[in-house]
Amino acid sequence: MTLELSVCDQSMLQGEHGPAVAAAMRILVAFSKAVGARKLLDIAGAHIDGCLYHGQANLDFVERLVEGGGHVRVPTTLNVGSFDLIHPGLVKMPLSQEAPARRLMKAHLELGCQATFTCAPYQTRFRPAFGEQIAWGESNAIVFANSVIGARTNRYGDFIDLCCAMTGRAPAWGLHLSDNRRGQILFELTGSFEAADALFVGVGLIVGKASGDRIPVISGLPQPRDEDQLKALGAAAATTGAVALFHAVGITPEAKTLDEAFHGMAPEATIRISRADIDYALAKLSSVPDGAPLAAVSLGTPHFSHDEWMRLLPMLRQIAPGRGIPIYVNTGRATLKRLQDEGELDDAEEFNLIPVTDTCTYVTAILERLDGVAMTNSGKWAHYAPGNIGVSVAFADMEDCVRSAAAGRVVRGAR
Amino acid sequence: MSEQESRALNRVGTFQLAGEAQGAALVLSQALSFWGGIDAETGDITDHSHPDLGNNVAGKILVMASGRGSSSSSSVLAEAIRRGTAPAGIILERPDPILAVGAIVAEFLYEISMPLVVCDISGIISGDRIAIGLGEGAQAIVSRI
Repeated sequence: MTLELSVCDQSMLQGEHGPAVAAAMRILVAFSKAVGARKLLDIAGAHIDGCLYHGQANLDFVERLVEGGGHVRVPTTLNVGSFDLIHPGLVKMPLSQEAPARRLMKAHLELGCQATFTCAPYQTRFRPAFGEQIAWGESNAIVFANSVIGARTNRYGDFIDLCCAMTGRAPAWGLHLSDNRRGQILFELTGSFEAADALFVGVGLIVGKASGDRIPVISGLPQPRDEDQLKALGAAAATTGAVALFHAVGITPEAKTLDEAFHGMAPEATIRISRADIDYALAKLSSVPDGAPLAAVSLGTPHFSHDEWMRLLPMLRQIAPGRGIPIYVNTGRATLKRLQDEGELDDAEEFNLIPVTDTCTYVTAILERLDGVAMTNSGKWAHYAPGNIGVSVAFADMEDCVRSAAAGRVVRGAR
Repeated sequence: MSEQESRALNRVGTFQLAGEAQGAALVLSQALSFWGGIDAETGDITDHSHPDLGNNVAGKILVMASGRGSSSSSSVLAEAIRRGTAPAGIILERPDPILAVGAIVAEFLYEISMPLVVCDISGIISGDRIAIGLGEGAQAIVSRI
């Protein structure tokens, strides 16, 4: 199988658009050959998961593209970094690590990327449209774009997402192509369920774990209240597995019917999900019993949407936690700006509310206290935070998190 | 036929990243994810679920059927090449996009060409001295020396 390059691809490869573009195209061509693509296709946008500092090689790569006069060719958003640039002092890090981590974020801006620093680029003005070809990194963003919006991306990652952005091209393979978006494995919810937030997290955890590299189709899911519930499902599925696309029958845009989701073919396997399965998956997210003393609440993984804020703020005002337990909320800087402009955060300090932008509380040192229990409504945060930052976690829905902050201990289900 | 001749090995493969290298083969019975599987500071295999836990890949000709796992393996391989803790070369049975990206980025940044070859890996045993060379038409030549 050979890779056919367009005239423009060839000219980029040969350096006619500068050394940075030539390097990006060379890497993209090698990658495309390795995945067996026959040609490249145009993309409408990119999302780069390259701002978390992991080592010198990543920074050297971006610096070299900057030196080579590189500039992204399509609108390109940035995922979270190691710092909250809007709230200096929130992240505690030794200076030796801080300098390269800050430089990595800034170097991406010099390439023309947008200073979004959010894991939820679908909540910004750069949200793609149905059917658009894009090259995205960040697992929750990938699964949301493919599943909830119906845009088309593979799971791009280190270096390659940026090479796609620098060239405006991506290999024509995988989920970019219609035939490869067919559902393969069916998950049937047995019983009737209310559209509670935790249901979507639980289903996501189970689907992620059992799908392997097959595309899951979920039937029997109640109509979600809003897309934030699908966001939570996708984030959980991309945490316990490698899910890049799910179909929810009657809910997501490429699955109006079961038949459409499977492209008229039969599922390779069917897995039934009961209430007990969901309860079991959710229970495993908590490592402490009810009543354990609480050190912090962390919400907004993935980054809180404006809608989620508008559910949280009235809850805070009504329940009014007053025990000094910080409630961290990770969100995009554009979402925060909008809330501030609307005056919605004027009373935030009364509730020990700490908005976090540009980064996330499970990837960097933000939490003041790690000795107690941190409570979250995020399946993804509950999964990664114990390993990443060494906290004990209790998972619950948003209202229980707020009630627990008021009580100073883990309280669940008491309404 | 002498034992030496019966073990002769001279194979043609394709390069994902072209280069020349020699070293002792380290043949893995299972695919290894560089991310979470190799310490880029030392080259040690650190994946506790991997049968070759505790071995070191630095300077070896790493032989395995395929790559595995997270796209962050590209970064770990590039970082290991920068630090000199990477294998001297890697031979795979199936092409791997993630390792290819790591090798290409490292060559671009540091002008170190760690050959990444796709060819039949049967008959290669850990400890064999293996040479990877450049053949005609940009083919990879893998031989036991």
